[in-house]
Amino acid sequence: MIYRANIRPAWVVLFLLLLFAVAFALVKSTDSSSSGKKVKPVENTKIVNLEQFPVNEKCLRCHGQSKYTFENAESKKISYKRMYSELIIDRNEFYVSNHKGFKCTDCHSEDYLTFPHPGNLRMESKANCIDCHGGDEKYAKFQFEKIDSNFMSSVHSQKHSEEFTCWMCHNPHTYRINARTNENLQETVAYDNLICLNCHGDVTKYELLTNKQQPNILQKHDWLPNQATHFINVRCIECHARNKDTLLIAHEIMPKNMAVKKCESCHAKNSILYASLFKYQVKENIKKQGLFKGLFLSETSTIGPDQNNTLNIISIVLFSLTILAILIHAVIRIQKSH
Amino acid sequence: MENHNEPIYLYPVWIRLWHVLNAVLCLLLIITGLSIQFSNPTITVRFNVAVAIHNVAGVLLSFNYILFFIGNLFTKNGGYYVIEVKGFFKRLKIQFHHYTIGVFKKEPAPFPVTTESKFNPLQQFSYVAVMYTIIPLAIISGLGLLYPDLTVNGLIGISGLDYTDLLHLFCGFVITIFMCVHLYFCTFGKTAFSNFKSIFNGYH
Repeated sequence: MIYRANIRPAWVVLFLLLLFAVAFALVKSTDSSSSGKKVKPVENTKIVNLEQFPVNEKCLRCHGQSKYTFENAESKKISYKRMYSELIIDRNEFYVSNHKGFKCTDCHSEDYLTFPHPGNLRMESKANCIDCHGGDEKYAKFQFEKIDSNFMSSVHSQKHSEEFTCWMCHNPHTYRINARTNENLQETVAYDNLICLNCHGDVTKYELLTNKQQPNILQKHDWLPNQATHFINVRCIECHARNKDTLLIAHEIMPKNMAVKKCESCHAKNSILYASLFKYQVKENIKKQGLFKGLFLSETSTIGPDQNNTLNIISIVLFSLTILAILIHAVIRIQKSH
Repeated sequence: MENHNEPIYLYPVWIRLWHVLNAVLCLLLIITGLSIQFSNPTITVRFNVAVAIHNVAGVLLSFNYILFFIGNLFTKNGGYYVIEVKGFFKRLKIQFHHYTIGVFKKEPAPFPVTTESKFNPLQQFSYVAVMYTIIPLAIISGLGLLYPDLTVNGLIGISGLDYTDLLHLFCGFVITIFMCVHLYFCTFGKTAFSNFKSIFNGYH
């Protein structure tokens, strides 16, 4: 019997591989040229000449920079002083923040308009989110009351004094809504994680709040497979806050021993992630791209248990049938040989 | 299924080394692959350990495949994989008939092993399918999963990574089935274990 022909399969495969490489290069080149358009510039970055601008400028003349000048009432000399870094408000950030429409004196006492500022102003109590946003129908959809009660049961609130306020994470002078306005998911993740890293990644700020030694975040997460990918694509709160279906953004930060550590908590059909950002993302995808495309995009998975159950069953059945066939064949062979 | 009495030297050292390494790596890849797919910490290998082993074994298997590939381009061994198309389907049927009926009647193998043809038609077909279609696809799709940026951005709304994943799973499944059947057919030698000895001494 003649088995030899002229072409070995290896040559055929080599030829196909070359074809594949050329096709792949062509597809990738069109891919990269179109994906460059995705990133949208941040909106409202221009400083507008708002009504409150001249009033605020009175404050920002000193609080908008790292030094301020004043005339010494005694010596009549012009003096320079350094502004404490915590008291510096960045105009560029303030005028794109959510609170850009406010005058400084809307939240701070009008007595600040005199200089030197009266000493008793140090005792002034500062407004919290809930003071303005609570009980207001206009803000009802943002569920500030629920956020407040979630925060109250979080470790941030439980382990620290009342000094730990909303402002610890959400600087009222710079905070801006990101998840709802930004289409770039990774930018949102980075923005939100920076809020945590502001203290958890900065030893000087961390020490202001606790006597504990600051843990090394990279070392603490070294058990996490593909650490960098997780850090880029997943927000800290996804694993460290109690995710609830009823609240879009989880605010109940849990003690570290309750953080999510099992892969299947996220990489599964009923993932906890659907409760927050990604659930929102799915809705948005469906809104923008239609049901079919939106749904498929939202379930983008790589490997792992986010799998197709039908395919699982088919593969297990086929595998079992193969083993059964082998067993039957083997049994008959053994019987016939005796 | 052997008619000859003189043992023939069929498996040179490089083939034996390649084969043993390939078998060990495939076994590791199947076990860790299942652990990744079903990631259940109680019954499978821990996820991050499984991923690490799977990645390293996959890369080693790819290099081992290059050895197999180049070896079969340039040595006599590559000739055994060349399918003579004319009458192939008929020969497949003869071999299939032997395995399903003939073997129970102790009929001699219709395509005995010679220095000219190492494989029977069914072996030839399945080895070409696995070694020249499934393994290359598994390597390419595995590379795509290792470096997700390499995969295409998506077609009809489904991420390119999903297609790559599905292809990789399909290849893994076929290789698993192949390994089970392959192991069973290895017991078809003179005695149930004689073919396993050939793996080490090279003589059939």
